[in-house]
Amino acid sequence: MTDTAIEAAALGKRFGWRQKGWALRDCTLRLPVGRVCAVVGPNGAGKSTLLAHAAGLLAPTEGGISVLGTTPSAARERMAYVAQDKPLYPQLTVAETLRMGAELNPRRWDAAVAERIVEEGGLDFGSKIRSLSGGQRTRVALALALGKRPELLLLDEPMADLDPLARHQLMGTLLADSAEHGTTVVMSSHVVAELEGSCDHLFLLGGGRVRLAGPLDALIAAHTLVTGPTGDLAPHTVVESRTTGRQITALIRPEGRIAAGWQTAEPSLEELVLAHLRAPGAPALTLTDEGDADNSRGGNGGDDDGETNGTRTHGASV
Amino acid sequence: MVEYRIDRRSGVATYVQIVQQTKQALRLGLLEPGDKLPTAREVVEATAINPNTVLKAYRELEREGLVEARRGLGTFVRKSLGAHPVDSPLRGELDRWTVRAKETGLERGDVEALFTSVLDEHFKEDQGDEA
Repeated sequence: MTDTAIEAAALGKRFGWRQKGWALRDCTLRLPVGRVCAVVGPNGAGKSTLLAHAAGLLAPTEGGISVLGTTPSAARERMAYVAQDKPLYPQLTVAETLRMGAELNPRRWDAAVAERIVEEGGLDFGSKIRSLSGGQRTRVALALALGKRPELLLLDEPMADLDPLARHQLMGTLLADSAEHGTTVVMSSHVVAELEGSCDHLFLLGGGRVRLAGPLDALIAAHTLVTGPTGDLAPHTVVESRTTGRQITALIRPEGRIAAGWQTAEPSLEELVLAHLRAPGAPALTLTDEGDADNSRGGNGGDDDGETNGTRTHGASV
Repeated sequence: MVEYRIDRRSGVATYVQIVQQTKQALRLGLLEPGDKLPTAREVVEATAINPNTVLKAYRELEREGLVEARRGLGTFVRKSLGAHPVDSPLRGELDRWTVRAKETGLERGDVEALFTSVLDEHFKEDQGDEA
């Protein structure tokens, strides 16, 4: 049993042979098992490409990715993947779809779990998939995925077409499953606010590159929102700063003590993500679980400069 | 049994909210020694918060000696926080003080601000420990 759910090493994917055709480039990250990880980024950031590689549906152009300690194809039985467009057979009924799940996963299938998720949405087992709304199809797709009892659950924009009640309910169901069975959950989204509180790990992608990666607590602790009179913020790393009259507001990665006179606050997940999205040139930061944030940051310091340049050239399309 | 209400916009860390609400329930006698806290699964299912956050809150409560985890059974209350019940002398003093504050024309917000500032002064170590 490995303690790593996903590990990507210099993973790159190019669609076609165009010069700027890299959907994902130099992507190195690690996700420990048992985490609930958000994959966040603007459209075209590489979120779906990363998830599809983990699911074994795309072959890397360069680098590699391992899942649950093996290759994605060898781990297929132990993971579930729900693609963005929730592909299901439109001519099958809900009951037939669940039966298909049972037949395709004979050793793992948990009918009670799958049926409960369908029932909670008030769906009729006799309805054809084609007659269901987008949100109802999402519910059936999630029932299939959870019924498989996966060790790793990969969800691409799972909540996009759900109403607020269904969203809260299904997120609760997902996380309860994770609490009970230690399921690792990876979900992509561009609605950052709805992930706050639900996730404990973050991968922020932009322009096909990793911008931020690591445990959410550590990433937030590594940043500070400061407000004060215009002045020099050196030696801190400034992610983004805005000047309003005589006042400056900035998101920084503190290096040592912050001088008196600055008002400081801990950023929220949304503030952290938005600041990085508005500043595509800000250096990337990857933190690991081992050791405290300062050590990890020091260890990665050398890489940051290289990332800055890379992000500048490739971030233009964001 | 307690039910947690998570306010994602409060700026208070989610696990701290669970710790605070558990303590509040202990103080008010809604939870007594021997009572079982909801399982992480139950809390997560109802609130859609991260499972590790619930476990972190329960570990914190355990560290403070308020609850204990019994393997395979759940988390149980060990100690009550009812040292100052509704009819204690301290509450009486506070009651008289509040009446005086009201008589001098202070409004609810003024009293709260005053009380919080005195609290902050005397319990410095209990706040701002989130680095």
